[in-house]
Amino acid sequence: MAEQYVAAVDQGTNSSRCILFDRRGRLVSVAQREHRQLFPRPGWVEHDATEIWRNVTRVVPAAVRQIGAEPSQIVAIGIANQRETSLLWDRWTGQPIGHAVVWQDTRTDRLVSELAGDQGPDRFADLCGLPLTTYFSAPRIRWMLDHTTGLRQRAERGEVLFGTMESWLIWNFTGGVNGGLHVTDVTNASRTMLMNIETLQWDDTLLEAFDVPRVILPEIRPSSGVFGLATEVLPGVRIGAALGDQQAALFGQTCFSAGEAKCTYGTGSFLLLHTGQEIVRSKHGMLTTVAYQIGTEPASYALEGSMAVTGSLVQWFRDGLGLIHTAAEIETLARTVEDNGGAYIVPAFSGLFAPHWRSEARGVIAGLTGYITKGHLARAVLEATGFQTLEVVDAMNADSGIALTALKVDGGMTANNLLMQFLADLLDVRVVRPMVTETVSLGAAYGAGLAVGYWPDLEGLRSNWHRAGQWLPHMDPARRATEYENWKAAVQRTFNWIRPE
Amino acid sequence: MPGTVQSIERAAAVLRLLAAAPDGLGVADLGNALGLAKTTVHGILRTLHQVGFVEQDHSGAHYHLSDAFGRLGETYLDSNELRSRAINWADSLASRSGEVVRVGRLVEGKLVVVHHVFRPDDSDQDLDVGTTLPPHACALGKAVLAFDTSGAARPAKLEAYTTRTIVDPARLADELAAVRTKGWAGECEEYIVEMASIAAPIRGLGGLVVGAVGMTGRIERICDSRLRHRPDLISMVRATAEAIGRDLREDS
Ligand SMILES: Nc1ncnc2c1ncn2[C@@H]1O[C@H](COP(=O)(O)OP(=O)(O)OP(=O)(O)O)[C@@H](O)[C@H]1O
Ligand SMILES: [Mg+2]
Repeated sequence: MAEQYVAAVDQGTNSSRCILFDRRGRLVSVAQREHRQLFPRPGWVEHDATEIWRNVTRVVPAAVRQIGAEPSQIVAIGIANQRETSLLWDRWTGQPIGHAVVWQDTRTDRLVSELAGDQGPDRFADLCGLPLTTYFSAPRIRWMLDHTTGLRQRAERGEVLFGTMESWLIWNFTGGVNGGLHVTDVTNASRTMLMNIETLQWDDTLLEAFDVPRVILPEIRPSSGVFGLATEVLPGVRIGAALGDQQAALFGQTCFSAGEAKCTYGTGSFLLLHTGQEIVRSKHGMLTTVAYQIGTEPASYALEGSMAVTGSLVQWFRDGLGLIHTAAEIETLARTVEDNGGAYIVPAFSGLFAPHWRSEARGVIAGLTGYITKGHLARAVLEATGFQTLEVVDAMNADSGIALTALKVDGGMTANNLLMQFLADLLDVRVVRPMVTETVSLGAAYGAGLAVGYWPDLEGLRSNWHRAGQWLPHMDPARRATEYENWKAAVQRTFNWIRPE
Repeated sequence: MPGTVQSIERAAAVLRLLAAAPDGLGVADLGNALGLAKTTVHGILRTLHQVGFVEQDHSGAHYHLSDAFGRLGETYLDSNELRSRAINWADSLASRSGEVVRVGRLVEGKLVVVHHVFRPDDSDQDLDVGTTLPPHACALGKAVLAFDTSGAARPAKLEAYTTRTIVDPARLADELAAVRTKGWAGECEEYIVEMASIAAPIRGLGGLVVGAVGMTGRIERICDSRLRHRPDLISMVRATAEAIGRDLREDS
């Protein structure tokens, strides 16, 4: 019998990929397409959902073709996606209503502080596990309904559907206007601020507070479980999983037990700690989120430290400043100097995420002197990712009461050896990269493969995990402490930049 | 006798005009100057951009010669970029073969390790990225030396590491000729006793060899009882080199 594969679709912030995995969890083919980033105004970031779906319809067949496979050799599709990015579309025409509003977009900053009012940003944290910020979907939905003429009435009449990217993809995969399924999974729903983190159902109090009509919302399903059959792109293939990309990466790293953690270094970076079936409330700026739910089993939860700008700072260094040609060249440039020369870059482009959650903060380059060269700035760019991780790890350790002893990493930035060494030095722990850096896709594949019986259980998946690389800490503790102090001082300088009018 | 290639003549003319225009030129400027259709000029510029000879200014309207064009003798692909492009495929090779995988390239006559993937058995191993290997004594080295035209292939003295190391320049030349024919390089105990390796060249744009990818392991796992490299491993290594090369050529 011909070899069988699981197809993972990773619908990311910058691109959509399709990766095929074999039974041993090994990557066998990859196809990828970038989509446009639309910046209609400062602070606004949008995607064209039609373009994204078109890209998905191309990368999936391309990945299958790359190894000369037949569509019939694909046993399941697993979807992982950029989270929180929000889209409304017309139920009858299937056309998006405007662009998707991306997770980095800060247009809702005033709305968010209005909603927080006297009760503060943690007003809904008990119900949904999240603070009120521009990051999550609900304020965005409210904004879209408020700013498009007649849309609220259409929504209330049931003519409009809401979804994050996995809902949009599944709806299209399963036929769109011809019977497409309008569904989401618990992990993506847990990022909307509309789902009750305990019942895993849409919550009336939250719907009312954000003034979002229930009819536009998709049905919430487990992350791993057959959603339905694809009728488009790979007709007849089962869609076996959908997870937010960061939860998918946690799953792909086989962090299946309480206490296991990973950090994924991509456009942004996200450290997730599995907390078992327990809902842990952070006192130090971490988010409470759903890690995954397999079929009818109880859901697993996670604490999350989100860093909005890490790889995208490298992209800005490349595209905004033009100091390098490719992201990887930042390492070459950074290695032209010994250290950061006293310069620190705090990339509060969309405010600061964890553990600060300051939407009024904006970025700074601190410690500039005439001595600083582009090499020092390149170091500062990479180190910004290290320092942000340290802040998150500190907060996570404080919440969980146990100190992290090793950090499992993945994502595009783990190709950067200088950064990986800096992380080990700064965190003073081992940094370990697994044999698959595309863990987002691997996690989606695992979820889908489990749902259709391609893999029997979690234990089998664990045995696929192997160490591909490791970095050990070497930094002098005194230097580590000084550097961290400098960073914290630089962070202070980003606060209160956006002032109320 | 084969004729000349028109598109290369045109590309050369475009490069001359750009070299003489410090502020850069637009597609229309070039088209008018050369009497060529805009689409033709655009295609030439796109290709020159892809190979790294020209750059666009911020608005995208003007093209100028890149810095790299003035330093053509230097390697065109950044080592860290090569690692970024190779990482997925190198991982996959390591997990398929169960062996250590490295990506290397030739720098000043030495084979520099630019990427290293551990043997997937979770044993203690240290990353050796940045260290150098003697090119004549390892498969990675032979895979790049075979396609090197810079003279690095003719080192003054071939140092012996084991009794099997090739130290005779004429024998090395024969070996490299064989690598060119086969498309892959092998080695048994030529660097370290009881170890063997297999590597294949990675070809970037235009077929330029930018480095090699290969695996190293205990001789009984890499070779059969008659010290022949195992065909299944050879095809895995070659497929890996081909996949990395395809990625490099498709979207640089
Ligand atoms: N060698 C490198 N050094 C530093 N940064 C890198 C390197 N390679 C990639 N990056 C950065 O990593 C990011 C790409 O990584 P990855 O593809 O994992 O991101 P992602 O977040 O999954 O992408 P998407 O936004 O499409 O989901 C980019 O922001 C890029 O700038
Ligand atoms: Mg991603």
